[in-house]
Amino acid sequence: MRLAQAIPVVLGVVLVSFLLTRALPGDPAAYFAGDAATPESIAATRAKLGLDKSMPEQFLRYCGDLLRGDLGQSLSTGQPVLDELTRRLPASLELTLTALLISCGIAVPLGVLAATRPGSWVDHLCRVLVTAGVSLPTFFTGVVLIYVFYYLTGWAPSPLGRLDFIYIEPPTVTGFLLIDAALDGDGETWAAALRQLILPALTLALFTMAPIARMTRAAMLSALSSDFIRTARAAGLTSRKVLFAYAFRNALLPVVTTLGMVFSFTLGANVLVEKVFAWPGIGSFAVEALVASDYAAVQGFVLCMALLFVALNLVIDMAYSLIDPRIGFDSK
Amino acid sequence: MLSIKDLAVAFRTRRGEVDAVRGVSFDVAEGEVLGIVGESGSGKSVTSYALMRILDAGGRIKAGEATYGGVDLRRASERDMQGIRGREISMIFQNPRAALNPIRKVGRQIEDVLRRHARADRQNGRAEAIRAMEAVRINDAAARYDAYPFELSGGMCQRIVCAIALACDPRLLVMDEPTTGLDITTQKAVMELVTDLIRARAMSAILITHDLGLAAQYCDRLVVMKDGEIVEAGDPGALFSRPAHAYTRKLVDATPRAGASIRSLLPAEVRTPEPPRRITDEALLEVRDLVKTFAGKSGPVHAVRGVSFDVKKGQSVGLVGESGCGKSTTSSMVVRLLDPTSGEIRFEGTDLAQRPAAGFARDPMRSRIQMVFQDATDSLNPRHTSRQTIAEPLRAMAGLRGRAQGQRIEELADLVGLPRTLLDRFPHQLSGGQKARVGIARAIAVNPSFLILDEPTAALDVSIQAIVLNLLADLRARLNMSYLFVSHDLHVVRLLCDHVVVMKGGEIVEQGSAEQVMTAPADPYTAELLSAAPKPPAPRAAA
Repeated sequence: MRLAQAIPVVLGVVLVSFLLTRALPGDPAAYFAGDAATPESIAATRAKLGLDKSMPEQFLRYCGDLLRGDLGQSLSTGQPVLDELTRRLPASLELTLTALLISCGIAVPLGVLAATRPGSWVDHLCRVLVTAGVSLPTFFTGVVLIYVFYYLTGWAPSPLGRLDFIYIEPPTVTGFLLIDAALDGDGETWAAALRQLILPALTLALFTMAPIARMTRAAMLSALSSDFIRTARAAGLTSRKVLFAYAFRNALLPVVTTLGMVFSFTLGANVLVEKVFAWPGIGSFAVEALVASDYAAVQGFVLCMALLFVALNLVIDMAYSLIDPRIGFDSK
Repeated sequence: MLSIKDLAVAFRTRRGEVDAVRGVSFDVAEGEVLGIVGESGSGKSVTSYALMRILDAGGRIKAGEATYGGVDLRRASERDMQGIRGREISMIFQNPRAALNPIRKVGRQIEDVLRRHARADRQNGRAEAIRAMEAVRINDAAARYDAYPFELSGGMCQRIVCAIALACDPRLLVMDEPTTGLDITTQKAVMELVTDLIRARAMSAILITHDLGLAAQYCDRLVVMKDGEIVEAGDPGALFSRPAHAYTRKLVDATPRAGASIRSLLPAEVRTPEPPRRITDEALLEVRDLVKTFAGKSGPVHAVRGVSFDVKKGQSVGLVGESGCGKSTTSSMVVRLLDPTSGEIRFEGTDLAQRPAAGFARDPMRSRIQMVFQDATDSLNPRHTSRQTIAEPLRAMAGLRGRAQGQRIEELADLVGLPRTLLDRFPHQLSGGQKARVGIARAIAVNPSFLILDEPTAALDVSIQAIVLNLLADLRARLNMSYLFVSHDLHVVRLLCDHVVVMKGGEIVEQGSAEQVMTAPADPYTAELLSAAPKPPAPRAAA
């Protein structure tokens, strides 16, 4: 049911991504024909790329390619776009998911604690962290973390990519190095991958902590002041039960909403972190493609992100109906 | 059993500490039902929260003693209090739907309490919870165990709240406005259920309410609170027949009851004779075979099925019924906010049902039919001052601007008895009665000839309700308006209306003159409604 609703969204995204990339400034044919190109060679390149056809025809050919799973060739790397994406997307996802795990692990308990003791030191700590988290840009915290943990103390490995070159990449199963290494039973590589991951993930986590902590605190405060909390307390339920079974589950809904929003913007916005840590993710790929007017790559990137968001919204909707019985009832 | 001495509770606010309860003392004996009566802000609920030690953050017990069966409730540890709550003393709250966790099965919520107080364990939790539900006479309790609060009616939710409170056989039950917001027949059913259980289990109880009639009917003894203090205590009969304190007398007078006239609700010293009215035989509004069918998820919902009634010029008609009877749908159609499925709404001969509700705001007839809404707070824009609120219809419909508008606003303020100094205040700076006056001033700003009043006094304290009802009576005589008064409170309807229409399930079951319907109801449903209303004892003969 919800899946069916996603189909028009995907179709719309295909069209919009196509039109947007055609609207990019610069002539890709001129760019790829090279510096020493003559008008004839540019025209030849254009014909080779199919850019001399009319827009509707180009779109139909694009759709046909899509159906065959062909996203085109990246003009700058010469690789098929699909290969590039499948190689780079797991890197970005691994980074983002780890960052969000860290961020939730800290922000949610902090928000809960702050809400149960408003005005206490936990509350103040929460406020400081939230303010610092949003006001420091990720490239700055990233560089500071590298300076402290790599340059000064040397605890972290050099911030270059996902795995130090002395380790051999585990056989690709999921593309997530941590999972692949674990599946391979290679503890050493696993630890190495984790060491590479920890600093960029921390940088992103610091940034995403703010909205999550703030929303948890607000949602908990409003849940704790509801009438049903008073009923639960008047019935003698323990503070623990009241806090978790009654208040927290009700506060979860807005927190999940925020989480979804944070996830989607982090996935798109971690370009800076990827750049600072030389992380071979999808963000840096997209920016390079954009600069080079590499329309096939940009198209593929936009499409891939859109599909991810559609999937993400689906997951969040499902989480809603798990948490709140009222939502499931309405859709029946 | 419970003894409270000189209890004082204060709340920290931005403007310093505010005393909510100042030196309250009372006892509750074994098997006794004590009523605490007072208007909003009198500290009656805070007193009960204090003795349960569940005051909101910022509140604290400043002084005094509270002992229950030898336990010092003020000094007991939080751990001991958790053991006492629910097992020894438990509580029933107002607004039952909000008092239940919206996303937990109601049966689980009962089970939580049972397991907390070791009355059940994982194995027999479900069975015990179902037993507790059966004890509060919930039919088909096993199936209801898996329901969520939003799937149940208000009365059913209150039964669940009762089941939670009574699951562990407490000795003292505190009821905080247990029937506010419930229909009158539901109110009666819930109160009778609770009193039966209290008697059967030989419990004690405290009933906190603003409704003197309810308190008098169900309590052995009453205390009357005002501004955090007890002004009078005694048995209900004596309080009603010989109120010693001026405030008690005012409350007793203001309580709508059989045989009272609208003026007799006011304190004796401000009673003026009721102004004369002209009721003509000419029909102002004729409603004919009005039908409204909504498209529901499981087939059409027949909200209103063929309703016909008249309102004559100068006449006030009461539209009475319980929630879901279609009275609000009917009034929404008459006020042209909702399009009927079929039927006629003839206003001064023109069929307004033909004019779509969507465009009615620009219709010249709009200024003839106005409405006063139920919740005075929610129906005012919180960012608009009273002046801006009253100016709105003047600008939109009368085209008044500048000085003329200012003059008219002040005139209206005088008319509804709103001090001119309050015109520049925002709703949150006004009291409930003042907000009601702003709402009325807005409705009569463009000189309507027909006013629809949707439970205009439901959220007000009785003494304020008395004043607002009298204001409405004065205004209709002065401005020669007709009213359609929508209410579930039969006593109030009788006070203000000449003609009464009783609705049930989208149909009119009875209509006739107010006197006739109230004293000799022809339909059994009307009789049931009348008998369900609490009957306050008659006060002493008017002085």
